Amino acid sequence: MSGTLFLVQVLNGLQLGVLLFLIAAGLTLVFGVMDFINLAHGVQYMLGAYLAVAFYGVVGNFLAALILALLAALAFGLLLEFLIFRHLYERDHLDQVIATFGIILFLNHAVRVIWGAAPLTLPVPDFFTGTVVLMDGQLYPVWRLVIIASGLVVAASLYGLVSFTRIGMLVRAGATNARMVSALGVNIERLFMIVFGFGTMLAGFAGIMIAPIISVEPGMGDNILILAFVVIVIGGIGSIRGAFLAALLIGLVDTLGRSFSIDILRLMMGPSPARMAGPAIASMLIYVLMAIVLYVRPAGLFPTRGR
Amino acid sequence: MPEPVLRLEGLRKNFGSLVVTDDITLDVMPGEMHAIIGPNGAGKTTLINQISGLIPPDEGKILFAGADVTALPPEARALRGLSRSFQISSILPGFPVLENVALAVQAREGSSLRFFGRAADETALNAPAMTALEQTGIADRAHVRAGELSHGEKRALELAIALAMKPTLLLLDEPMAGIGREETERQVELLLRLKGQLTMILVEHDMAAVFALADRISVLIRGRVLITGMPDEVRADPQVVAAYLGAQME
Amino acid sequence: MSGAPLAAPGKPRALRPTRDVVLPILMFLVFALLPLFALLTAKQYLLDIGARMMVFAVAAVALDLLVGYAGLISFGHAAFVGLGAYAVGILSAHGVDDALISLPVAIVVSMLFAWLTGVVCLRTKGAYFIMITLAFGQMVYFIATSLAPYGGDNGLTIAARNTIVGWPLLKSDRAFYYFTLLCLLATYLFCRALVVSRFGRVLRGTRENATRMATIGFDARRFQLFAYVIAGGLGGFSGFLLANLTEFVSPAYMSWQQSGELIVMVILGGVGTLDGAIIGSAAYLLAEEWLSGFTENWKVIFGPILVLIVLFARGGLIGIASRLWRRSGHA
Repeated sequence: MSGTLFLVQVLNGLQLGVLLFLIAAGLTLVFGVMDFINLAHGVQYMLGAYLAVAFYGVVGNFLAALILALLAALAFGLLLEFLIFRHLYERDHLDQVIATFGIILFLNHAVRVIWGAAPLTLPVPDFFTGTVVLMDGQLYPVWRLVIIASGLVVAASLYGLVSFTRIGMLVRAGATNARMVSALGVNIERLFMIVFGFGTMLAGFAGIMIAPIISVEPGMGDNILILAFVVIVIGGIGSIRGAFLAALLIGLVDTLGRSFSIDILRLMMGPSPARMAGPAIASMLIYVLMAIVLYVRPAGLFPTRGR
Repeated sequence: MPEPVLRLEGLRKNFGSLVVTDDITLDVMPGEMHAIIGPNGAGKTTLINQISGLIPPDEGKILFAGADVTALPPEARALRGLSRSFQISSILPGFPVLENVALAVQAREGSSLRFFGRAADETALNAPAMTALEQTGIADRAHVRAGELSHGEKRALELAIALAMKPTLLLLDEPMAGIGREETERQVELLLRLKGQLTMILVEHDMAAVFALADRISVLIRGRVLITGMPDEVRADPQVVAAYLGAQME
Repeated sequence: MSGAPLAAPGKPRALRPTRDVVLPILMFLVFALLPLFALLTAKQYLLDIGARMMVFAVAAVALDLLVGYAGLISFGHAAFVGLGAYAVGILSAHGVDDALISLPVAIVVSMLFAWLTGVVCLRTKGAYFIMITLAFGQMVYFIATSLAPYGGDNGLTIAARNTIVGWPLLKSDRAFYYFTLLCLLATYLFCRALVVSRFGRVLRGTRENATRMATIGFDARRFQLFAYVIAGGLGGFSGFLLANLTEFVSPAYMSWQQSGELIVMVILGGVGTLDGAIIGSAAYLLAEEWLSGFTENWKVIFGPILVLIVLFARGGLIGIASRLWRRSGHA
């Protein structure tokens, strides 16, 4: 285990964390403000990636593809909100779970029908290809650094938006007590739509940014959705700050855990059992972390609910 | 001097910067009907919630039948004999009226970890439940779905559930809230019959009922107990009249 | 949903003959006669589908206990099924293949997992509960995928079905079918008894008004934990059956998608009815069989159907049937 390897994995952990934040932010807001469990958030991430690939095939330019894909993802998300989700805000969580689960099934297989089951790729934009030299000649992909940077920029802008603008105040108030906000005369329907649309765009943006690195395939949103849930549950539903901290924490713990679990275990047991137990413990790590946090704080680290 | 059934020592509760319970010290003696009155927002329901265990106080102690129950959850207090009725009827609307009360009996009648046998048919639970329903005058509605009762009947069911627990201390949170003249008279009659058999704390706005029933009255203003005394004392106290009773007695 | 509506004010709740007695008898009769039908029509695969329906029905009935009666939306139920299945698989891989050992182990392991995770999960409420059950399910899934000696991602084939006290009684598909039918019947009867028992009443009451139940003297969490452990054990039972049915165990048995499908089965039939769980499992697997005949991507059709059911057909198939029954003039 070397210092540079450690640094690489820390950066990877940050990248995963930033990605998780982009997805979790929308999820926690929708959850916090509208009390709406949106399992379909993961497929919105997937859709962003697919749309980026599709538009890139047409326009051949990453930036253009990104903008078009974002707009298309937003449009689709708003369509879903208008047709389906809007009718579920007043329903109980079970109904929301089933309905959004149905949307996951639909979209996971719809992309299969439209684009086929084979994984697709998106090339890294020319300006950001290549690698950067870290210490000791260790190379690190530029694009991953771009992801980290863009994620941090979005986080900062989101924080600014939520803390310092009027709409941000409404969102924060809505996360604490939506009924009260509505009773005060705010057009709650429009607020919901804005929150939802924003969340959709964030998820889509995450999908677009990650597309050059991973393979775009049906079901890619499923596992990351679960991680995002772990993030918002640990961070506290409705809290952007909580989502940010928890996302970075999960990203780091998961990445470092997977990379070094075998090495750490080798300090305590023989190489063979370590190699067997390592991956198992690594995959369990974040769930154990979540269990511990929820045991001590059943409403997450930064609970917002005043209801 | 007999031991008080309930002793509150220095109870304090804040919601943020709002002081809702401000250093309340109070004794409730066995067999007494102790009324707590005060204007809206004085903190009466919050006080009841702290006594029954739904809200933890920030400071202070609650001693019930000599034991410190401050840290105990509501179910533990209930099993020790602390029963309450809610200001806004808190019943099981999907269950028949009889089962609502039978459940209260079930809590202290043998184990509930029985996985077989139809609970709804158990005489050991239904008979005492029926008695409570007869006491509160809604025995004829025993098999109706509780959600279909009228408002007044629901208040009676509230009381029946609380009585079925055979409590040592009964907390009544505005039992007359929203019911008509006739039903109020019936409730007062019932409570008069129960007086002496159990200890009761009555939170109420209906002053006629309070003065008909109470042995002692505590007046709560802005989270503090202004005065505790016999009804006549309290009625005549100038501070109380100024702060609360003056308007009430118009 | 706490049970039947009342017959009439002033009268004690009567058994609704059609719903409470006829429907279950009909269901089990259909299952009992299916092998005969399969024989007569020479469609042996019906035996396999029927057995699958019943195996999942065991898990779904247990889940309905949680979702429909305790009000606990568990999105990690497949974990118990998977644990039960893997108990059978792992024991078999080590040469232990008698049901006398495998079945109790399967159930105990699932109950243990349910107890350990339940203690944590039940500290949370509402949406937090849903997500923490989901996450624990994932945890088990990932552990299973990393079990290299037991097949990891690819799963593990089992040499043969469990023997019962040494005798290969489950070898024949028909024998196994009837064995599964008995298991489902036992599970169903147990749960029917449970929901009207003292325990079941507390559970239902807690779902309706937890505050009231607390002030009466019932510790909600204690009862919910019991329910969670019971449901977990029954899930393990279903896993035992599943492993024997397919003679194969795989991490896919405990994926969250599988947990989702179990919830769908419960909803499809009608949540909070127990019968609905059985009907829902059958309907879901039938739909899968039928629709996948048209296209591999049948979920493109099924997904929107689910959304429509949630929006317009609450109460699932039993709800729809009840409404039609009432509208046609029956009480």
